[in-house]
Formats: sequence, structure tokens, C-alpha cells
Amino acid sequence: MVYHPGVRRLVPLLILGFLGCSTPPAAPTVTLWHAYRGEERVALDEVIERLRATEPGFDVEVLAVPSKAYRSRLMSAVPRGNGPDLFIQAHEVAGEWSNSKMLRPALFPATTGPDAFAEPALDALRFRGETWGVPLAVKSLALFHNKAMAPTAPTSMEELIAAGRGLGKVPLAYEVGEFYHHAGLLHAFGGRPLDEDGRPELTSQGVQDSLAYAAMLAGDGIVPGESDGALVATLFNQGEVPFVFNGPWFLGEIRADIEYGVAPLPTVQGKAMKPFLTVEALFRANHGTAADAHVLAVVEALAGREGSVTRAVTGRQALAHLDAQRDPAVAGDAVLAAFSAQALQAVPMPNRPEMGAIWEPASAALRNVLRGAKTPAEATAEAQRMAESFLKPPPDPANPAPYLLLLGFLTLAGAASIVQKTRGTNLLARMKAGRDGYAYAAPAFVGMISVVFLPFVVGAAVSLFAHKDAEFTFVGLKNFWSILTSEGYGFTDPKSFWFTLVVTVGWTFANVALHAGLGLGLALLLRDPWMKLKGVYRVLLIVPWAVPNYITALIWRGMFNEQFGAINGLLELVGVDRVAWFSSFATSFAANLTTNTWLGFPFMMVVTLGALSAIPRDLEEAAEVDGAGAWLRFRHVTLPLLKPALLPAIILGSVWTFNMFNIIYLVSTGEPNGSTEILISEAYKWAFERQSQYGYASAYAVLVFGILWLYTRGTARLTGGGGALG
Amino acid sequence: MSRNEHVDRRATWAGQWWKHALLVPLTLATLYPVLWVVKMALTPGESFELSANPIPTEISFENFATLLGQELFWRQLWNSIVVAATTTVVGITLSCTAAYAFSRFSFPGRQAGMSALLITQMFPGVIMAIPLYILMDVTGLLNSLMGLTLCYSTTAIPFCVWMLKGYFDTIPKDLEEAAVLDGASRWTIFTKIVLPLSKPAIAVTALFSFMTAWNEFILAATFMSKESAFTLPVALQAFVGDRSTDWGLFAAGAILVSVPVMALFFALQKQLVEGLTAGSVKG
Repeated sequence: MVYHPGVRRLVPLLILGFLGCSTPPAAPTVTLWHAYRGEERVALDEVIERLRATEPGFDVEVLAVPSKAYRSRLMSAVPRGNGPDLFIQAHEVAGEWSNSKMLRPALFPATTGPDAFAEPALDALRFRGETWGVPLAVKSLALFHNKAMAPTAPTSMEELIAAGRGLGKVPLAYEVGEFYHHAGLLHAFGGRPLDEDGRPELTSQGVQDSLAYAAMLAGDGIVPGESDGALVATLFNQGEVPFVFNGPWFLGEIRADIEYGVAPLPTVQGKAMKPFLTVEALFRANHGTAADAHVLAVVEALAGREGSVTRAVTGRQALAHLDAQRDPAVAGDAVLAAFSAQALQAVPMPNRPEMGAIWEPASAALRNVLRGAKTPAEATAEAQRMAESFLKPPPDPANPAPYLLLLGFLTLAGAASIVQKTRGTNLLARMKAGRDGYAYAAPAFVGMISVVFLPFVVGAAVSLFAHKDAEFTFVGLKNFWSILTSEGYGFTDPKSFWFTLVVTVGWTFANVALHAGLGLGLALLLRDPWMKLKGVYRVLLIVPWAVPNYITALIWRGMFNEQFGAINGLLELVGVDRVAWFSSFATSFAANLTTNTWLGFPFMMVVTLGALSAIPRDLEEAAEVDGAGAWLRFRHVTLPLLKPALLPAIILGSVWTFNMFNIIYLVSTGEPNGSTEILISEAYKWAFERQSQYGYASAYAVLVFGILWLYTRGTARLTGGGGALG
Repeated sequence: MSRNEHVDRRATWAGQWWKHALLVPLTLATLYPVLWVVKMALTPGESFELSANPIPTEISFENFATLLGQELFWRQLWNSIVVAATTTVVGITLSCTAAYAFSRFSFPGRQAGMSALLITQMFPGVIMAIPLYILMDVTGLLNSLMGLTLCYSTTAIPFCVWMLKGYFDTIPKDLEEAAVLDGASRWTIFTKIVLPLSKPAIAVTALFSFMTAWNEFILAATFMSKESAFTLPVALQAFVGDRSTDWGLFAAGAILVSVPVMALFFALQKQLVEGLTAGSVKG
């Protein structure tokens, strides 16, 4: 093969690119990780730059990680000793991560002791008698008002509703379906997520009353019933809503020409709305290697008075540092003053590990009540059950001896069966004769075995263990037993394995049928060699395949929004009522299906086009001459000829669709009530959103693998060996 | 019906109007969400509006200028190019040799090997992330573009081998047999006869390997320890915050990331159609 000369010049550059990234740091270094962006990041960089200038004895290495990968990165890296020395994170991890030995107690510099900070911020960082982080900033929701529409901020909800009516599309906007944003109402009505001992307390009258009130707000058209952050921002920027409940991250989203004010949240029925308080803190990761003196210098730079002022002025953060709050540059900022005032009227989010089990059930209850599917009493009872099931203690340890015996026996039996099968066939001689084949296949298989099979076997083995606080206990097959008997749930409950399995199978079947049908139809339309604009259609129809699906999935989610989505807009044009897409199983499933069909049909179209181009035209023309109609020709001539090419693509497509995690996670997010979840997204939630139950998640994944394996075995038998599929 | 009429009917718009009547709305529906991404990218600042109209009302290249003006962007673009290019080279090399073995040699374990490749497509990625991290750590491949390349190319291998084998199967063996008689080695036959005849399938393999590496961000964000070592999709995800997202920059970045892939699709259109399936039909 002849290479273009440019290729030869590229190779050394590529090699340089490889080597350029692994030079070890020479000077002593403190590493700091964060997930800040925008102004907060600018402020952080400014502080670190100043530190570098004054402290030449060591370097600070700062790494900004996208927030979506931040948590999982810390959870992978810190236990392996690859973590940073310091990282910035919300205080709520203090309980779970100190239990799993990811943290070391905080170090306070001599000049900035604990008493330099507001007591509620410090308290949020205490767990089991230790303080686990140095507080940097406090964040909570507050009331934003568009001064052009409403010059003054109302002090009560009643006043807000009265003033806001008629000022825009709706009086108020906030993310009403998110439990975090609901906390203000929750506390006003006397509810709380956990009791003193960390048990879920979701059925109290206070919780129920707060849900009923939120449902009233949505039902009376006071807030949009379905709203995410982007929608709230757009409404506010368009002057469609005078009042918004949101946090300091909203400051960066407001259009420059809008004059706004920030005030504490209003009262509701005479009681103060207390939102959750998030304390962002500097945590010291376990296994950090930097010297204490250097770590302390970084803590002082960031959390001390001077650094705090910079973070307030440049990064617009409400501070935890008391003296810095009084600095004229900070105290003069009315917005920060409002947030600081609100922080005093806020409830620190519980930092106990049990809180991790509350978010999903509580949000589900909130949404069920908002859409009128359940009464507050029913919804909270269900949420309580769900939270308790997430928190159930791990199964008792099992004795590994019988399992090891079984494993040994199976290995022996497997070896014996191979020997039996190959006896007399002269295996060694055949292997010797095929050594060229091994040589050609080896590089790919060495890679596959080490990077794909090995992690899979290790990950699958975890299914025999229970994971709690960074410790794995051998429990045998109890995870599987619990999943297959749907322990703690009825078989028809959306959390049951069997329910999810039925949904997953339906999801796969519907998708593959639509992909293949649409792909086939389009390919037949575009097949005609005399077709005008054929090339243009082909290129345009392939576009969904080329754009990364994590962004198009988000666009589709927006298009399905009830009040403002394009789909409902189009429906209205033709006189159909708006549909609340994510409120019922059928419509939510249809939304997922539409998105995934859009993503998947180009592949099938291209496969079919290729297959069609290989079919000799004369066969069909002969049939036409014989007087066969279009349908008959397709059914008896074209389709049978396409089958060998389409079948493998369909089998592979169904395997891919079965595990199509992104769409479910980004479009319906399992709504309503987790019923549109598929097996793989359930497994993900068990692993990362429900108390890190890796063992349970792994058992789910092993079952997914088993089902797919049986499926392909079955289809291989049906199609007589499965040809290209081996 | 005479043969002549037949051709005439095909060549005129009149005979095809119903096809266009079907295709135009379908194509518009397909492009609609993509137009939204374009609109978000072209809308300046925070002045995005609510409407079903995907045509931007205000056009500004502010978001693109912000992105392209960052030094880090170019560095990360370079990383993406390096990783995607090496993944493509490694992926093609490994897939072609393995596919050739499965197509032309008979050896014990051949069937099992092909099944094993299919089986990997069923592994749920959820449980593999942490073991993979540990593996990379133990082998010292963390923080290196080589580790990323290894992960990406092995992800792409099964599909590529499966497709290439189908294609190789359709290449007549007579040519190779003649070459053997002339004293050519297996390797010569493979590189001088089989590979040049398989250009469409290799083009598809290249496209697949390239896309795998070009679009991935979770592994890249987890494995690399410097921002200057991140790839473009990681930079793109950095615009998505925990509670707020910079949609304009995110969309502009998504377009910049998609352009090379679309260009490849456009350039390889013909090969794509041939390479993906010709094998399984003719064989």
C-alpha cells in the first residue's frame, strides 16, 4: 500500500502526542480537583495564581472535571491512591465518604481556625464527631424578581401570587418536580426527610401537606408543572415570569439587560420557607501525598479572608467566612447579602449516608402528586417503602466454600467435556496446522481479553458480594435471589426485575421493528438509480447517526416538554390537546421510542441500501414481466434476498437497543415513577444513585448478559447457525 | 408496457412526485432536532427564546468565537485527533488481521472466537467501569493517551471484525490460490491482494473506530489527570453544570465535534453502503 507523504510526517507527531502526557511532576505539588465553571472557576484560578506567586516552594496543580464525571472520577481514583490532595465538593458527601474512608478530617490553618466560619456551615460538615471539610461557600435557593415587572420582592407566597397574576405567562417558575427545590415548602410545612436516627420520615403530615401545596401551585397555573433549569431560565429571560426560585448558579444564566433583584424566599401561610443549604467545602482526600504545610497553605489561600473576598467578588459566591462577609467589597453586593441572609434561614442538607436513599423516592412522590396520579398519602407511603428498601441491610455473609467447590467441579467438568469432544480428532495436530490463524487473530484477542473480558469477569464476580462502606462481603447468590423474587416489591411494581424485563423486551422489540421498517422503507424509496436528489436525501437522512447522541437526546427531551416543547406546539397547530408526555407510561415510552427510532433508523437504512444494491435487478424485473404486483414482488423476491443481510444487523441491533442506556437516562429519566426504566438503567441506578450497591447492580448486569446470551443462542438456532454471527 | 416507457417514467419528476412527497417531510422531521442544536449555537448570550421555530432569529458567532479563542480548545482538539487517529489505525490493524484469520484459516476455536466477539456486545458497561479503571492503574496506562486508545480500539473491534469477515468471505479465493502457486506468502497475499480489494469495508471500519474514540467522554474524563490531556467531548461536557448548563457553548461545541464526523460520512458515503453489507448478501 502506498502512503501519502503527509501520513509519514504525521506519525512522529502522533508519537510525540503520546509521550507528551506522562512526565512525572518534579517539584512538590498539591493537587486540587473541582467541578467549577464560569465565574467561579475564574475566581478559583485567580486565587491559585496569587498563591503560586507568593509560595514558590511548591506548585499547585488544578484540575477542572465536568460535573457529570466528577463524582465517579473521585470514587474511582481516591480509593486507588490516585486522588487529589484536596477537592471541592458539597458537604452532603461527608457521611458516606468518611464511612468509606475516602476522606481525612479537615485541616484548619492557624490563621483561619474553625471559629472564622459561620456555625451552620461548620455544622453541616460535622459527622460522627469530626469536621470533614473547610467551608468555602454557602448555596441555597432564594427569590429572584424581574424589577421591570415587579419592582419589589413579595414577602409571602400569597402576596407573590396576587402580584404575579397577569404579569407574564405564569407568576412563578422553579423546578417544581425536584425534591431539592421543594425543600423550602417541605420545611415550611414541618416536614423533614430523615429522623434523628437517619431513618426515612416521608409519611409525616408535614411532607404530605407540602406535596399538596406544590400540587395546588401547579394545578392553579401558578407554576409550570413540568420545568427544568433551562425552561426556568428561558422564561425569566423572556420576561414571561416575574418571580423565580433559584440558586446562585442562576446568576450566570440571566441575560445582561435584565434588571433583577434577589430576596429571601417568601413565607407560606405565615411560616418561613427554609430551603436546603449546601455548603461547598474543601475536602482532604485520603491517600493524598502532599505535605501538611503545603496543603494548609492552599486551604488558607482559598478559604481564608483574602481568597474568600476574591471568590465573592469575582465568583459571586456567598461566603462562609464571617470576617470576609463584612469586607466592604462583599457587604456592598446586595445579591450576595440576600443569599447570605437566606443561608441563615436554610436547613443544611443532611450529610448522613442515608440521605442518598431519599432523593429518588421523594422526587417520585412529588411528581406523582403533581400530576395527580396519587394522593399525598399514597405517594408518601410508597416513597417511604422505596427508601426503606434502598436502605435495607446487606444480606448475611455466606460461606464461600460450597461455591468454590462448585466452581472447581464446573471447571473440571468443562475440561472433561472438551477432552471428550476432541478425543480422536487429533486436536494438537489441528491446532498446529492452524497456527497461522492464531497468529493473525492473536493481537485482537489479546487486547479483547485484557481490556474487555477481564474487566467483565471481575465486574461480574462482584455480583456475589454486597458492598457497603467500601467493604465487600461475600453473600453468594443472595443478590440474584433477591432480584429474581423481587424482594420487597410486588411483581408488577416498576422496581421489580420482572416488570423492568417486560418493559425492556417491549422496548427492544418496538425499536428494532421501527428501525428495520423505516430503514427498509427509506432504502426502497432511495434505491431507484434515476431518483432525483437521491444523494441529498441520503446524506441528510444519515445526520442523526453523526451527531453525538448525548446532545440530541437532550434536545428531544426539551421537544417533549408539556408547556413549551415543539411537539406539543405542532400538535396544537393541528388542533390536538397538549400531552404531558412524561406523565403516563405509554406517552413516556413513546417519547423514548421516538428519540431512539430517530437515532437508529439511519444505520438500518444504510445496511438495507447496501443489501439492495447487491440484489440483481433482473430477478424482480422478471417477476414484473410475469405480472407480479409490487407487493408480491417485494414479498417473494426482494425480501427473501435481503434476509441474509438484514438478520445479522437486526440481531446486533437488538443487542445494542437492549442496553441503550443514554436515551432512557436522558429523555424519560425513567418517568413516570421509574416505569420506563430498562434493565441497564436500573443497574446503573443501583450502582451509582442508591447507596452504591455495586453487588446488586452487578447481579442485574449479569442477568442482562444472560438474557442476551440466551436470545442470540435462540436466534442462531432459528436461523440455522446464524451465518455471519458465528 | 414497453421498455422505453419504463425508463421515461423513472426519469421524470412526474413519476416520482409521490416519493418526494414522502421523503421531504421525513427529511425535515429528521433535521428538525439538529436545526435546534444549530439555533442554540447561533443564538447569542442568554437570549434563547421559546418557540417551535427552529430557524434562528438572531445570528451571532459569539459562542463559536469564545470556543475557538481558547488555547485549551486547540490543545484538546489535537488530543482528540491523536486519540481518534491512533484508535483508527490500531482498530483497523487488529480488526483486519483477526477478520482475515476467521475468514481464511481453519483452526480449533474459530467458531468460539467469533461467538466471543458477539458476546462482548452484550457486556453491560455499567459494571466494567471500575474494574477497567483498576486495570489501567495497575498497568500504568492511566493518564496516557495510549491507555485511552487501547480502550477505544478494543471497543470497536468486535463490530469491525464481524463486518470485515463478511466482506473478506466474498472475495474469490482463486486470486489467492494463484498467488500461492506463484510463491507468495500469506502476509503478502493479505496485504497485497485482500486488503486492496476490501477498501469499502476498511473505510467503514475506519469510520467506526474513529467515531468511538471521537465521541467518548466518561473514560477520558476519568483517566486523564490534566485538562491539557482531555479530549474535546470532555471539554464539551464541562459546559454542563450540576444545576445549570451553558447551552449556547454546549451546542456550538457539539457542532464543532460533529463536523469532522459528518464530513467523513459524506466522503465515505458510497463505501459505507457497500462495505456494511455487501459481504453478508453475496456470501
